[in-house]
Amino acid sequence: MSKAVTFERGIHPSYNKELASGKAVTAAKLPGRIVIPLSQHIGAPAKAVVNIGDEVKRGQVIGETTGFVSSPVHSSISGKVIAIADFPTTAGRMVQSIVVEGDGRDEAVALKENPDYLNLSVDEIKTLIKDAGIVGMGGAAFPTNVKLSPPKEKTIDAVVINGAECEPYLTADHRLMVEHPKEVVEGLKIIMKSLGVSEGHIGIEENKPDALEAISSVVAGESTIKVWPLEIKYPQGAEKMLIKAVKGREVPSKGLPMDVGVVVQNVGTAIAVYEAVRYGKPLIERVVTITGKGIQEPKNMLVRIGTLMSDVVEQCGGLTGGAVKVIAGGPMMGFAQWTLDVPVVKGTSGILVLSEEEYVASDEYSACIRCGSCIDVCPMGLNPSILSIYAEKGFYEDARDNNLFDCFECGSCAYVCPAKRPMVQFMRLAKSQVKP
Amino acid sequence: MAPEAKAHELVVSVSPHVRGKETVGRIMWTVNLSLLPAFIMSVYYFGPLAAYVTGLCVLSSVFFEHVYQVSLKKKTTIGDGSAFLTGLLLGLNLPPTVPFYIPVIGSIVAVVITKLLFGGLGYNIFNPALIGRAFLLISFPKLLTTWSEPTAKFIALDAKTSATPLGILKEEGLNQLIAVFGDKMTLYKELFMGHTAGSLGETSVIALLLGAAILLVRGYITWHIPFSFLGTVAALAWVFGAKDIETGNIIFFAGDPVIHLFSGGLILGAFFMATDYVTCPSIRKGQIIFGIGCGAITMLIRLKGGFPEGVMFAILLMNCFAPLIDRNVKSKMFGEIKEQKK
Repeated sequence: MSKAVTFERGIHPSYNKELASGKAVTAAKLPGRIVIPLSQHIGAPAKAVVNIGDEVKRGQVIGETTGFVSSPVHSSISGKVIAIADFPTTAGRMVQSIVVEGDGRDEAVALKENPDYLNLSVDEIKTLIKDAGIVGMGGAAFPTNVKLSPPKEKTIDAVVINGAECEPYLTADHRLMVEHPKEVVEGLKIIMKSLGVSEGHIGIEENKPDALEAISSVVAGESTIKVWPLEIKYPQGAEKMLIKAVKGREVPSKGLPMDVGVVVQNVGTAIAVYEAVRYGKPLIERVVTITGKGIQEPKNMLVRIGTLMSDVVEQCGGLTGGAVKVIAGGPMMGFAQWTLDVPVVKGTSGILVLSEEEYVASDEYSACIRCGSCIDVCPMGLNPSILSIYAEKGFYEDARDNNLFDCFECGSCAYVCPAKRPMVQFMRLAKSQVKP
Repeated sequence: MAPEAKAHELVVSVSPHVRGKETVGRIMWTVNLSLLPAFIMSVYYFGPLAAYVTGLCVLSSVFFEHVYQVSLKKKTTIGDGSAFLTGLLLGLNLPPTVPFYIPVIGSIVAVVITKLLFGGLGYNIFNPALIGRAFLLISFPKLLTTWSEPTAKFIALDAKTSATPLGILKEEGLNQLIAVFGDKMTLYKELFMGHTAGSLGETSVIALLLGAAILLVRGYITWHIPFSFLGTVAALAWVFGAKDIETGNIIFFAGDPVIHLFSGGLILGAFFMATDYVTCPSIRKGQIIFGIGCGAITMLIRLKGGFPEGVMFAILLMNCFAPLIDRNVKSKMFGEIKEQKK
């Protein structure tokens, strides 16, 4: 296998993946009640098309798109709509959500299969993906069909599947690649076809040798698809870093991957695309890593979208006595939760419960001593030190003029900072105060 | 929600939720530790008096930082090792035979005036220990330039005074310096081991390099400042360092870089003082400019200035430029080149 590729700078946090990496995906229990937020994606929220009291089936559309950059939502169980109201979500905001009380029968709507899926037209593929409500499952939750419809002036020549999973603790993508390598590759082929691209790449961090092996054996003989071992480094799975590693191209400042002719899709998204196009299956469940030393029994579970975190946690034996922090996503970029009464959504890659042992208090920090550690690790080549000082002093325009908006809040600077400064907080503060 | 889950008080804070192990205290105490070999050598050569002078500096620095912060109802920061380090560096930069009030006054100037009055660690413009020493040198020039021979004695009051190698070089020339030590190899050896007159902690090159190696391996300092600093000194010493004894004219490309590298406060300054995070540029490219500037000013003072040694003033002058360098030297942004092409 070829030598591992990577990007410049970055950090090496403790990965702690062994807590869950060996656990095969198991299906979670059918939830008795689900909460489906109408906005689980970037873009316009979906609009409810059911009313309180309506009977719904699994896979039935309950929220429709309201714009080009939008995504429909489906019921993930069968039952009765009992509420349409604002509920807390993993991102901390209140979002209008549809609550379905399950009837325990788990009846599904009829799905249309397409055994000859690779011969569908591009428009048919995109419609299937859009109707299935597929969004980026790595966490950002950008509607996939939009990503597959770049403006005409952008020429796309490569698709990269993101199997880096560089966030510590998380193993969902890892398990998917080990257990469903064929579906990943088929999903990639569909994405390549829909973009008219003949070059596919799959990047996987070297700490997942079994995933590298599984995927490699599936693509053996495929001349258009290449598997890349990636150096183990955070944030290797950030789109821009992945493209740099695999294609050697740098997405321009303030630009998008399509500006360098590349579309990146997460492993989970590729599988969802395959299932949507091949079986007509909407995105109503996803693999979630439930891990951390604050959880009794770490697991990788196939969870219905809308299942409350508290339900999922219970199926993992509950929290340990020392649990102090619950995070939706990974420890570097995930969101801390104040309640477990939030639903798992399309972008929830993990439920991480940190114990006292792993928890780092971050309420005290001191002045920047200008050691330059953050500059040495910033994957974007920014000067986080000076940006944090500008934000602290309220010089937001100065921060903007020093490329503040190229920061994608990976948290590498905060991770290495010896003064324990809340770097990401400073960046977000400054971003909220000035226009790019 | 299940009531038992409510029993957990969940902490909510901004990402990232895991942090590296490095802390300001850990860095500062490691630097303190890396100066231990130089401190031991200072006691070995100059006797217990060395420990007394350095100890007094450390005690006063820590004491005055604590008193200042407590009296202003601020949180004391003596635990972070930074005041300890300032005291230690100040002590290692003093001659062995100074009266007790010299370390005390120096510490007040270094810690209180140079650091705390500017807002504390992180906000100071100048290297505190060096401002302390500069203040003492200008206020007490005689005491600060009376050097004793490196012969360990319990009471150094009767220690013979002696000129530093750089002092001899400046006043009497290279041949006289070599004559004092016998031959050139002995001179190099004594300089390397530190068996010469000078400030307490600056003489022993080997001890300082040992400490510097610890910092380089741990990644607390990088090669950029010390190597560009030393490289510039060596190059300038080689090009301009030799003088015709008769005419006083410079003989080009005939200087002795080794003597300049191993003598005075250069090694101590280049590895432990110019690299002070707060007062040097934080972008690596800028650090090279900073190091070259330090080297150039050092050699300008050594060869043309009134003082035999120029490391202290060189670093302090370059401290002024650190913010300017940081503002104007930018590290390469990801995706920058392509943006310009558009």
